[in-house]
Amino acid sequence: MATTMITTLERSSRAAARGLSDISIRNLFIIPTVLFLIVFNIFPLIYSLGYSFTDFRASTNAPANFVGLQNYRDLLNDPYVWSNFAITAKYVIISVAGQLLVGFGVAMLLNRDIPLKGLITTLLLLPMMLSMAVVGLFWKLLYDPSWGVINYALGLGNFEWLADPKMALYAVALTDIWMWSPFVMLLSLAGLSAVPKHLYEAAAIDRAGPFYTFFRITLPLVAPILMIAVIFRTMEAFKTFDLAYILTSQPTAELISIRLYKMAFQEWQTGRSCAMAYIVLIMVLAITNIYVKYLNKVKER
Amino acid sequence: MAAVRTSSEIGFNRVAIVAVLLVTIIFLAPIYWIASTAFKPRNLATTIPPTVVFQPEISPFVKLFTKRSQLRSPPTPEEYAAAPWWERVVFDGGEKIVRDGKGQVQWSGYPSRFLNSLIIAITSTVLAVGMGTFTAYGFSRFKVKGEADLLFFILSTRMLPPVVVAIPMFLMYRAVGLNDTHVGLIILYTAFNLSFSVWLMKGFMDEIPKEYEEAALVDGYTRMEAFFKIVLPEAATGIAATAVFCFITAWNEYAFALIMTNRRAQTAPPFIPSQVGSGLPDWTVIAAGTFLFLLPVAIFTFLLRNHLLRGMSFGAIRK
Repeated sequence: MATTMITTLERSSRAAARGLSDISIRNLFIIPTVLFLIVFNIFPLIYSLGYSFTDFRASTNAPANFVGLQNYRDLLNDPYVWSNFAITAKYVIISVAGQLLVGFGVAMLLNRDIPLKGLITTLLLLPMMLSMAVVGLFWKLLYDPSWGVINYALGLGNFEWLADPKMALYAVALTDIWMWSPFVMLLSLAGLSAVPKHLYEAAAIDRAGPFYTFFRITLPLVAPILMIAVIFRTMEAFKTFDLAYILTSQPTAELISIRLYKMAFQEWQTGRSCAMAYIVLIMVLAITNIYVKYLNKVKER
Repeated sequence: MAAVRTSSEIGFNRVAIVAVLLVTIIFLAPIYWIASTAFKPRNLATTIPPTVVFQPEISPFVKLFTKRSQLRSPPTPEEYAAAPWWERVVFDGGEKIVRDGKGQVQWSGYPSRFLNSLIIAITSTVLAVGMGTFTAYGFSRFKVKGEADLLFFILSTRMLPPVVVAIPMFLMYRAVGLNDTHVGLIILYTAFNLSFSVWLMKGFMDEIPKEYEEAALVDGYTRMEAFFKIVLPEAATGIAATAVFCFITAWNEYAFALIMTNRRAQTAPPFIPSQVGSGLPDWTVIAAGTFLFLLPVAIFTFLLRNHLLRGMSFGAIRK
């Protein structure tokens, strides 16, 4: 396929005397991947864009009827869907803020000479490498009101974590904080270790207090990396499906991904769920765009 | 900083070390609890106060791999004597192994799911890293029109919530009969990991000095030979790190597997939660299944520790 793309430049290329020219190698290396991604990532999205304007239901053989913007209009006027977005926003804020606090806090503690520092850091990274679905399932046992270890350790008696509509979302966020604080910690550590030591020495000579040193030296220099961590975790938290789906079925913890899953694969409102997927997609692309712009800005520095 | 260390600073250092140890213990406690529950007898899994000291057993693993049922009456001495040692630990726990008419032990659903996970994760990793390495080299060494946009496009395919992608993929797979097949999941995971592998590998490729290949080209190598003989060996560490990342992602993936498979090609992540079911689940068996499933990832995490930062941030931050 790539051989048809060889241009006249080939003849003038030095390497063309033997073997393939640079241009054809470039095409050979890049085009198959791009095609693969278009076929399996972009084409499905175009396919579902078409369905989003119909009342198609994948559970029946009835042909799809074109309904125009009806699905989008219904969804945007549906208070239920809006509440899903509100729950997702709340979840993102709680879990990202928690991860930032815990992660950065632990990084501050770790940023000194500590015996076995390498081992401790590696051990702390374990939670985020594990499967959210499988480990999340086990948190069900930890949260259990009667024999959960958490209630026992904290002396909470029969406190309901997952069965209480008010607590469920916080419980999911707490598990997420456990899993992903190490990620923020890892990034923060990289940022903290990059702060030039002479700045602290100068501050010490000037008898600057610890608060002054933290807010005037540490924080401003680590801020760009913290920002990367926040945007990255925001994107991931927005997508959360596994953890919340496995841990609880409370409507108060129904994130947008779960609503989408139910709409598509339990209620079989295929056309409408395609429209919903598009609404989510546009939001994700907006956040991704901000992230990539920010990454490039940081890289330039 | 070391030059001007006061006694209060040293005191704070000690407090910090204690705090770090405490945090480490808290973070590892859930994982420890999974591991220890996997070796408990069933009646000690859900006790108050929690059982910490106990005689470890392997009955949860025997039960994980075989079909079993509750014992209505205790086994007869002959039955007990005839049973192999691993079956006796299950007898002791008040359950028995189910055998078919010919007396053959019946496998549970777990081994086939574990095998599916292995096949699908390894195949998709090889494909994604293989293609990703070539593509990353292409982007790293040659001028590509609209390179930034293409790279953003490649990355953005990974940013979408899995359910958003799964809806049309489900319909397409159903149309061509790829639902609940290994090939179907392998393609999905390859597509999912490919974007990631291109981004990560590009970072590694950028670090290999161009001069190496240029010297080889001057020596009469073709570009292809230079790539295979000079660049690939230099990139070996990067390729290994990328492969481990892709493997872990595919191994842990849940949403696609839940939607696209139900039996034949089902992987372990959707299978393990489905075993909880209703009523009182046997948490020791779930813990045993979880323990085996987490083990490869835990080992890989240790191998990967120096590259974790880079992989987790799409190569944005390097150590």
